Amino acid sequence: MDVLQALIVICNFVAVPALAYGSQLALGALGVTLVFGVLRFSNFAHGDTMAFGTMVAILATWWLQSLGIGIHPLPTALIALPFSIAVTAVLLLATDRFVYRFYRAQHSPPVIFVAASIGVMLLFHGLVRLIIGPWDQNFADGERFILSAREFKRATGLDEGLAIKTSQGITVLAAIAIVAWLYWFLNRTRTGKAMRAFSDNQELALLSGIKPERVVAICWIIAAGLATVAGVLYGLDKSFKPFTYFQLLLPIFAAAIVGGLGNPLGAIAGGYLVAFSEIAVTYAFKKVFRYLLPEFLEPSGLAQLLSTDYKLAVSFTILVITLLAKPTGLFGEARQ
Amino acid sequence: MTGGYGGGDIIFGCEIEAGDKEIVVIVGPNGAGKSTAMKALFGMVRLREGTVEFRDEDISALEPQDRVALGMAFVPQTRNVFASLTIEENLEMGAFLRPTGIKIAMEQVYGLFPALVEKRFQRANSLSGGQRQQLAIARALMTEPKLLMLDEPTAGTSPVVMQGIFCHIRNIASSGVSILMVEQNARKALEIADKGYVLVEGRNRFADTGPNLLANDEVRKSFLGG
Amino acid sequence: MRIRDPAMFAFAALLIAAVGFAQSWNVALAILNMCLVSAIVALGVNLQWGYAGLFNFGIVGFVALGGVATVLVSAPPVEDAWRAGGSGLAFAALIGLATFVCAGIAFFKLRRGRVRALGTAAILLIGLFLYRSFFDPAVEAIESIEPARFGFLGGFGLPVLVAWPVGALLAAGAAYLIGKVALGLRTDYLAIATLSIAEIIIAVIKNEDWLTRGVKNVIGLPRPVPYEIDLQNSDEFVSAANSIGLDAATASSLFVKISYGGLFLVVLLALYALSQLALNSPWGRMMRAIRDDENAAEALGKDVSGRHLQVFVIGSAICGLAGAMMTTLEGQLTPGQYNPLRFTFLAWVMVIVGGAGSNRGAILGGILVWFFWIEVEYIGAILADSLTFWLGEGSALRMHVMESVAYMRLPTMGLILLLMLRFYPRGLIPEK
Repeated sequence: MDVLQALIVICNFVAVPALAYGSQLALGALGVTLVFGVLRFSNFAHGDTMAFGTMVAILATWWLQSLGIGIHPLPTALIALPFSIAVTAVLLLATDRFVYRFYRAQHSPPVIFVAASIGVMLLFHGLVRLIIGPWDQNFADGERFILSAREFKRATGLDEGLAIKTSQGITVLAAIAIVAWLYWFLNRTRTGKAMRAFSDNQELALLSGIKPERVVAICWIIAAGLATVAGVLYGLDKSFKPFTYFQLLLPIFAAAIVGGLGNPLGAIAGGYLVAFSEIAVTYAFKKVFRYLLPEFLEPSGLAQLLSTDYKLAVSFTILVITLLAKPTGLFGEARQ
Repeated sequence: MTGGYGGGDIIFGCEIEAGDKEIVVIVGPNGAGKSTAMKALFGMVRLREGTVEFRDEDISALEPQDRVALGMAFVPQTRNVFASLTIEENLEMGAFLRPTGIKIAMEQVYGLFPALVEKRFQRANSLSGGQRQQLAIARALMTEPKLLMLDEPTAGTSPVVMQGIFCHIRNIASSGVSILMVEQNARKALEIADKGYVLVEGRNRFADTGPNLLANDEVRKSFLGG
Repeated sequence: MRIRDPAMFAFAALLIAAVGFAQSWNVALAILNMCLVSAIVALGVNLQWGYAGLFNFGIVGFVALGGVATVLVSAPPVEDAWRAGGSGLAFAALIGLATFVCAGIAFFKLRRGRVRALGTAAILLIGLFLYRSFFDPAVEAIESIEPARFGFLGGFGLPVLVAWPVGALLAAGAAYLIGKVALGLRTDYLAIATLSIAEIIIAVIKNEDWLTRGVKNVIGLPRPVPYEIDLQNSDEFVSAANSIGLDAATASSLFVKISYGGLFLVVLLALYALSQLALNSPWGRMMRAIRDDENAAEALGKDVSGRHLQVFVIGSAICGLAGAMMTTLEGQLTPGQYNPLRFTFLAWVMVIVGGAGSNRGAILGGILVWFFWIEVEYIGAILADSLTFWLGEGSALRMHVMESVAYMRLPTMGLILLLMLRFYPRGLIPEK
């Protein structure tokens, strides 16, 4: 029995990846939840907004690389971020101007907004495939590891290694910084408070002189920022493929709904919940048991509950359980 | 004024006027168009004919937000506080259009409603019904309006709370704010009113001073239950 | 019926005829056949969204189930695979069933508390391991039987037309289970739930090789119509073809496509007639009443959730039927092609273009949207070619534009959806 080795295996294959993936989901879910809070509809185009922002970042990265500009050991994509956020924000504001604003003026029911967001989703998805193609793109450069398994083994003298990728470290730090900023923005600034007020009670916000179009515009800009950062971090950590980003919509929605749509804190908690469940359920624990159990009890199989091909089933199960047991999410939904 | 929501008109050529520092009360049976008349004055219902003037200026074409900037304030009957925001944040949102002097306005408002002070960092949904009404009025006062419009401020409150709210309203009026309100509790409201309107089926039926309306036999019989 | 409606169908026919003249009749008929299948899917989606206001974003899952049904019904059984793993699978299935029964008993008989929660969980976990201990070796055995050709159980070797109603039934069964769980949800939640269920169904079809050969595809499914090669070997057919001035190869492939088209048209017309009857029956009026005001309908004593389940099951069954037809037309099951963007959301574009709530609209939308889905590339290529010819053959920009044409489909569909929603929200043929 070797509890320490088992713990390191779990850290290396479950905890660290889930922490990074959870941060990416949390940022994505924050975008969905923010749009829901302010505009009152589930934005199906969010996954493809992430794809668009990431695509711009990749193009900018390539350009910077061709100029020989970089920030080794960090990935070049980080300096491309501000530019790609700006481009994505312009795209979202234009979309709002030409698509959603019309339905807002008509006081259309949410289903119309959802249908329109499907159109936007197809448009964005097509746009991304048109510009960069449907294939995998790997744009991570710089140092690959903060801590490589070999270094860890040498330093500790253990058989099992613990590796932390640069992208994972950046992801977690970025998520903490952004969440802290968002918390400060929503709770301490006038604009942020106005946004919460608008989300809470639109009519009264109007009566207080809060300008709805301004709140909506700021909401889209923040959503663009969150989507781009989430997308770039996911792409650095794994790789960029338009269809994968479309599919990310499901765990992201699961995270936002588990936490309660319109509730930022809930979205963050939901992101980590979904990520940890997904990775824990699809990880083969054979190695862990080898360290924990006596030889005759060792599992013959992989000790894996679910093949990774079915990881979407995990988000789905979480989603359904939430919707059936507590439809407003664990932390309560923003009311309207 | 004549107007209504999308479909047919609800109010027809009704006239409402409030002078400086007056308390004006609109009473009438259910469905008489009292709330609609208020919303029309505030630009939340489209006017088909007629004008709204505020301090000798035609504001009929202005959006509600712009009327707030001019010095009008409105307290809806329901959902009139930001439930998920704290008391202090509610007041801050009330003063959203003010560039400066928020702190001073807040102190004044807390002076009027001392019950809110100790709860200033609690969320509004933790307040009792009467405190919620106070907060709703306080939020509207944050812009230091010249005219405060209240839609049934005492709906659903107990008699004690109702008394308190009327008391607050009188205090606000005496501090120099004109008040226009729609009230179900017609008798009580007319008692504190400088002027009253009786609205029936979207038209002015009676218009007189509060005491005169209370004394009017016909008004008493039809609308005040004897 | 307005005069415009038949005119629009005539326009659609004209478009397809234009392809016949400009490209080839073989292409035109291939498009027409898929147009007919698309129209059937659109009828199913219209039933759910147009009649009842239900957001079903899981269409691709039901279509795929129809495809699976085609394999299960019509593929010849692989007897070696049955021998190798059949009993193991049967055992696994029994254990699975027993686990659920035991867990159910534990859950409903025990009192609420920690004992119940832990007990139920323990039963499920032990059941899972027992199940896997039979299931995994059986699957391994099946998949090792001539993996290049089989490696799966095969089907029942029945005539392929039987697969069509079976596909509908399979989809209906799945829809019933899903509907039971998800239909009570708010519209956008239902959309997300169905979207993810469809992804799971697709994942199963792609990964459970013992059932569907996964991404290795099942090829050579039987046909309900003759094979080209048999026609070409038939003297009668060849002389008939020659007499109308066609060579045997062209004539045989046209004949096969027309036969498929005839079968599809029969199904489409039958479904249309049934949908029209349903729409104008008291049932249809009630459905629309529920759609327009759920609360009022509920207050009037209508069984809203029951009706919703009904219409969800029927609409999904139609999608399953269409899926079986599609797989039959292709003669093979290609799990890799089931993409929600192509099936689910394209079907939505069809219904919204045609006009939600109108059956004729759904059919027209199905035909037009499929037509443009296929032809955008062709039209786009001509456009791109004529717009960039001045750049010269070797120009990089010209090459990029010409390559991009292949990806014009999705943005075009998105744009069409947005423009329709904005300017013709009731569709080309609005509901009366």
